[in-house]
Parts: sequence; structure tokens; C-alpha cells
Amino acid sequence: MCGMLQDTLKRAEKAKEKKALYGEDIDLEKFIKEEAGEHERVSKANEVPKKVQDTLLKVGVDPTEQERSGTFVQMDQSRVCTTCTSESVELMSMPDALEKYGWLKDYMWKAVAVDADKYTAQTGLREAQEGGGGGYFIRSLPGSKDIFPIQACMFIGDQNVAQNVHNVIIAEENSELHIITGCATGSDVTSALHVGVSEFYLKKGAKITFTMIHNWAEQVDVRPRTGVMVGDDATYISNYILTSPVKSIQSYPTAYCSGNNSNVVFQSILGGQKESVLDMGSRVILEGQGCSTEMISRSVSKDKSQIYARGHLAGRVPNVKGHLECHGLVLSDDSLIYAVPELEGASTELELSHEAAVGKIDEEEVLYLMSRGLTEEEATSMIVRGFLSIDIAGLPPELAAETKRMIDTSVQGM
Amino acid sequence: MVVKLLLEITDLAVEVNEKEILSDIDLYIDLGETHVLLGPNGSGKSTLFMSILGFPKYKITRGEILFKGEDITNLSTTERVKMGIGVSFQNPPAIRGVKLQNLLKIEHHEEGEELSPEMMELVQKLKFDNIFLERDVNLGFSGGEVKRSEILQLLAQRPDFIMFDEPDSGVDIENVELLAEEVNNLLDKDKKPGLREKSGLLITHLGYILNFVPADTAHVLMDGKIACSGNPTEILEDIRKEGFLGCVECCKIH
Repeated sequence: MCGMLQDTLKRAEKAKEKKALYGEDIDLEKFIKEEAGEHERVSKANEVPKKVQDTLLKVGVDPTEQERSGTFVQMDQSRVCTTCTSESVELMSMPDALEKYGWLKDYMWKAVAVDADKYTAQTGLREAQEGGGGGYFIRSLPGSKDIFPIQACMFIGDQNVAQNVHNVIIAEENSELHIITGCATGSDVTSALHVGVSEFYLKKGAKITFTMIHNWAEQVDVRPRTGVMVGDDATYISNYILTSPVKSIQSYPTAYCSGNNSNVVFQSILGGQKESVLDMGSRVILEGQGCSTEMISRSVSKDKSQIYARGHLAGRVPNVKGHLECHGLVLSDDSLIYAVPELEGASTELELSHEAAVGKIDEEEVLYLMSRGLTEEEATSMIVRGFLSIDIAGLPPELAAETKRMIDTSVQGM
Repeated sequence: MVVKLLLEITDLAVEVNEKEILSDIDLYIDLGETHVLLGPNGSGKSTLFMSILGFPKYKITRGEILFKGEDITNLSTTERVKMGIGVSFQNPPAIRGVKLQNLLKIEHHEEGEELSPEMMELVQKLKFDNIFLERDVNLGFSGGEVKRSEILQLLAQRPDFIMFDEPDSGVDIENVELLAEEVNNLLDKDKKPGLREKSGLLITHLGYILNFVPADTAHVLMDGKIACSGNPTEILEDIRKEGFLGCVECCKIH
């Protein structure tokens, strides 16, 4: 065992009990650590069980694989499908990728610390025990551009499982990579845990768009951990959509704009239903000359849901720019939206701003639509859907249209 | 010729935030007629308008409103609109994420992905295009665009009774004529008076639009009461010469 891995394990071991800063603390022992290989492997996405296929579609993962450059499906801890037709992108499971590329370990636990909390620690320990655990490796080759996205799905099929995933995504110099990932649960799963660690590396001039739709069950706890390293002139765009009930989700992806003139966009659409607790943030560290970021979040809370919409912009060098926009609609008295925008300026000549508003639906808007013949209920839901349908920037036109449709479908139920 | 009453407002009193704004309002509009409501700022024109529309802030404390013979005094805005009342607002709110196209589909009862050719023809007539249809309704619209969009939506709805709140304010001359043409179209002005089936109530400050849209009767609202009713041309003439107060004085004498 090499020294670096030993060091990683040592740090993970130490952090095994370390609570996360935000979100309810989860007892990891409650969940079953199912082994890889429990679910059968297939060679094409349309060979997974029909019921699973229907669920995949809802989160933007198309089992027919039309207009996709590759597909990765993981069920619980087993990878069941890995296909890739593109010549400009590589898609593999992490164990395969680690076997193929000796250098891959140099990218592991660099954008996310293994000892960040007990969830990252558990993922690190599990992958060491299981010889490279769950998760995918995506790499776009230098100078390549595939307008068709890679699609990936993390699916929980069995009751009470803990799904641990470690993904590494590398966009080589001047490449453009589009990824759609959907996460979902089988209809008979009532309780489970998903921990997904994702590390993104964008080399000079690279661009990644990452669109993620979550559709978990009401008793599932979710703890994604994401780090993004953004090189010179690189662009990272993240779109996150969650409108279905979940027990709890807590995530605070961090992008490090260390490259000059790099740009990061985080957009989130959050719909809180039933007793969901959504604690979602995004953080951008602006540490490269001339880099910029924009964060936009729209939250709607219904029923007894609680939404914490966090954002942190940290400007560490001169001439960087960042704007944070956080809007929320509180639709029920038993629900809550807690917006926490944070600006940190640690240099001169920088521009950081935020705009946050939490409130109710404007009655004047409802009446306007009623005066066109809509009922109060129809008017309200049209306004809520409109409020959540933010325009997604930076996608190729075909993908933008499809993403728009995915958002429209997701917000339909709000 | 059988004259049919479309809108009958009798002895109406309206409160806003527990303050009486309108009282003793009697207003009768026949099928096919266009009336114009004049009056200085703050006289209650918009309040009357919103009360006919049934907005909840406007509490009717006395009197009744009949539309097509039915008592609508306690009906919701939606129900009134479904019965055939339509409206063009002076300053409608912008709604993020609600595209003009989506509204037109609802107003014209269309289900398709794209607007019908019939609707597209109206869109072009009002000088809009596909790109504009994708815009969030009223968000960043210019004054003229707001008015044209309101009229376009009414053309999609085709209501039997239409209230226009300052349809020409903030619109340049060239577009006033375009708007007036469509207002006339909405109000069946191309038909002979006895054959018109659409009625309207125009609220106007300056009366400029009346140069293009002929009205049958004018009413002057002062301090929450209809102070004077009569021939629009004569009343306007009086107002121009004597101001609103002078005009009302003159009415009292008659």
C-alpha cells in the first residue's frame, strides 16, 4: 500500500465520527452496506428492469440512450450498466478506471477532503475495503467537444442500504463536457442513505455543464459532497433540481476558481414538499485573476418542509466578481425558508453582491391571472411554476431545450 | 330594435381598507354600447373598474351588479371573467417565468405546443413576433408593449364586456391608431350600432383615444360619485374648456 493511500485511510479513520457542519446527523450504522455485484449487469440501459427505466426517465436519464454519448447506471452498490459511444469522452466505473490509469489516484480526495466529515470518511473507507467502490470516472479528451451528454444514474433499489459513490470527472484542456445525472429510488424503498462524493477537475479552457435531478423517496437521507477545481479560462455550470419529497438532503458544493478568468455558475431549483429538510448551499472561492461567479437559487416551501438556502462567495484576490441571487416563496405556515447569503471580500478591487428575498406570492399577480379566467389555484400554481423555471444558460441548444423540459416536468408537481 | 341591458350597476357603494371610495353609483350599459368614464385622478375610476372585476380588496357595502341579468355582486373574479368580462390593465404586474405565449394559449383555449395560425395572425397584427412571445409577461415591457400585449390577450379571449383602463397612456401616436383599431374591432365597431354585440367601458384621463374610438355615453366621476352623464363629445368639450369642476357645475344646472 502506498503512503498516500495509507495517509488517506488514516485521515478517514479519524473522521469516522465527525459530524457535518450542517444537516441532521445520521447514524450510519442503521444502514446496510450491501456489496457490489448484488444486481445483475447489463450491456445497454434499456435492459434494466422496466420499472427502473420509468424511474430513470423521470430524472432525465433516457434508457434508449438516444442523443447520449454514454450511460452509467449504479444500483445500490453495484454498477449495472456502463456504455460509451463517444470517441471524445471516456466513461468507466471507478474500479476499472483505477486499474487503467495509475495517475487517477492523484485526483482522488483532492477537491473534497476525505476527512471533511463522517460521510466522506465512510466513502473513503468503503472504497478501500471494496477495492474501489461505487461511482464513475468521466474524462473528456483534450480539445474534444461532444454536444450529447453523458448520463449517469445512481439508483437505490433495496431497502435500508447505504449507497456510497465516489465520482471523478476530468475535463482536459479545451474540452467541453455535458453531464446529466439523475438520482432516484425504487418505488418500494422507504428508507436509505446516499452519499455521493464528486470531484471535478477542469483544465485550461475546459467547460463542464452538470445537470442533476434528484427524485428520492420520502425517507431517504442524502449527503452529496462536491468539490470543483476550475483552471484558467475554464467554465463550470451546475444546475440542480429537486422538487420531490425526501427525508433530508444536505449539500454544500465548493468550487475553487483558482484559474485566471475562470467562471462558475450554480443554479438550484428547490421545491420543498411534505416533511423534507433541504439544506442546500453553494460556495465559490474566487482566487484566480479575473474570475467570476453567479449563483441563483429559487426555493418554494410547502407543507411542513424546511429549506435552508445557503451561499458563500469568497473573493481572495483583486478583480474578481460574484453575484448571489436567492429567492424564496413560502407557501405554508408550517414550512420554512432560511436564506443565508454570505459575502467574504478579502482583497481590494473586488465586487461581490447578493440579492435575497423570501416572501409570499404577490397577490396582484394572482389577480392578474384570475382576470384572464384562471382560478385562484391555477393562477397560484402557474406563478409557482414560473418562479421555479429559471433559464438555464450555457447549454447547447438541443440540450437546453431538453433541460427546460426536464425542469418543466419537475416543477409540474409543485 | 330590442335593447338589452348587459351591465346594471345600482346604488353601488364600495369600501377600500374600511374607507368609502364610491357611493350612489348607478351605471347601465346596453348590449353593443361603449361608455367612457372620465374624471380627475383619485376620483374613483380605477376603484369602480376593480369593483366590477371583483377584486377582493374592493368591498361592496351596498347595491348590486348584474351582468347578463345575473347578480354577480358576490362572484369571484374568475367567475365573472368566465361569464364574459374582460379587462386591459393600465399597469399590469410582471410575472417571472410566465410567458406571454402560455397566457395566450390559456386565453384562446389552445392545447398545442405552438400557437394556432389564427392566433399568430393576431400576434403579427399587434407587431409582436415569436421571440417576444417567449418573454415573461410584462417583464421589462415598454409602455407601448404592455398596452399591445393587453389588447392581444383580449383578442384571444373575445369577452362580451371589456373594460379598458387608460389604453392609450404612454403609447406613441402611431401605436395609438393601431391600438384604437383593435379596440374598435373588440367592440364590434365595424358593425352597425344595432348589430353590435360587444360592449365596453373606457377609462381615460385625457380622452385622446376617443378621437379614434367612438363612445355612446360619457360619465364623469367626481369624489366617488357619478356627477354627470351624457354625450361624450359635449362633455369632453366642457371639460376642456372649464375643467372637471366646471363641467360638473354645468351638469347640476341642467
